[in-house]
Amino acid sequence: MVTVLNAKVLIGADKLDTPVYTACCSDLMSDVLAFVDEKTVLITGLTNPHVVRTSEMLDLKCLVFARGKIPTDDILESADEQGLVVLATKLTAFSACGVLYQMGLRGVPVPTQWDQEDKK
Amino acid sequence: MEPLYTGSYHVAKDDYTSAGHASADIKRQLKQIGVSGDVLRRVAVASYEVELNLVIHSLGGDLTLNVYPGLVELISSDIGPGIPDLKMAMKEGYSTASEMARSLGFGAGMGLPNMKRNADDFDIKSTVGVGTTITMGFHLA
Ligand SMILES: Nc1ncnc2c1ncn2[C@@H]1O[C@H](COP(=O)(O)OP(=O)(O)O)[C@@H](O)[C@H]1O
Ligand SMILES: [Mg+2]
Repeated sequence: MVTVLNAKVLIGADKLDTPVYTACCSDLMSDVLAFVDEKTVLITGLTNPHVVRTSEMLDLKCLVFARGKIPTDDILESADEQGLVVLATKLTAFSACGVLYQMGLRGVPVPTQWDQEDKK
Repeated sequence: MEPLYTGSYHVAKDDYTSAGHASADIKRQLKQIGVSGDVLRRVAVASYEVELNLVIHSLGGDLTLNVYPGLVELISSDIGPGIPDLKMAMKEGYSTASEMARSLGFGAGMGLPNMKRNADDFDIKSTVGVGTTITMGFHLA
């Protein structure tokens, strides 16, 4: 993942072998809270403390910050305390997802309100 | 029945910096008590959503954790402004969140539906001008 994203490892260089099975790309923390589980890597363009707090609630293992954005040191510190792997890539969120998809990662299954409407 | 463990947290209006601390502590306490896995994550998610709602939408309130044998209970109780249309508020995507909340990644209108999905029991009562109380129960396997 580090290679294809040409990523900087901001936190967790010793934990890069942590497996992830699915990916989710979102700046909406409520959507993340709704659909994501701990085996998922989160790709986001948001770099506020809530991204890390959301990850803590979900026991996420890996975060990727897109478009060259780097969160502040105190945010990285709390990520470190949680044992997260944190990467930063110059790619936009779209392109980061593209290369990860090509690598074989797939999205999380997401139930929507449509599903219920379709059943009616 | 007396709870085996109880903890209470005050959550202030517009306190975006500390938002999430109560939920992080709740998660830590539960872990220590021996709650884990799926239930722990469901409590954590619901707690975070309800705590954020106190910060974003309420005039301030309290988040209370009660642990009983076989049951984790979360109660959020605030001092207003209340929700005029509960049915609307429970809809996915409905939100009155401020720009500030949105810029932090909230205000997707998924919070209340998320809580309902994650909790085994969910009850919401709201009176405009008085406040909102949400009670959630999580059954321990
Ligand atoms: N504690 C509360 N006090 C007043 N209004 C609330 C409260 N909680 C939720 N609401 C109302 O319900 C709506 C939906 O809440 P929610 O599903 O969590 O979405 P969001 O927080 O993203 O707006 C909010 O936008 C708000 O209008
Ligand atoms: Mg909400």
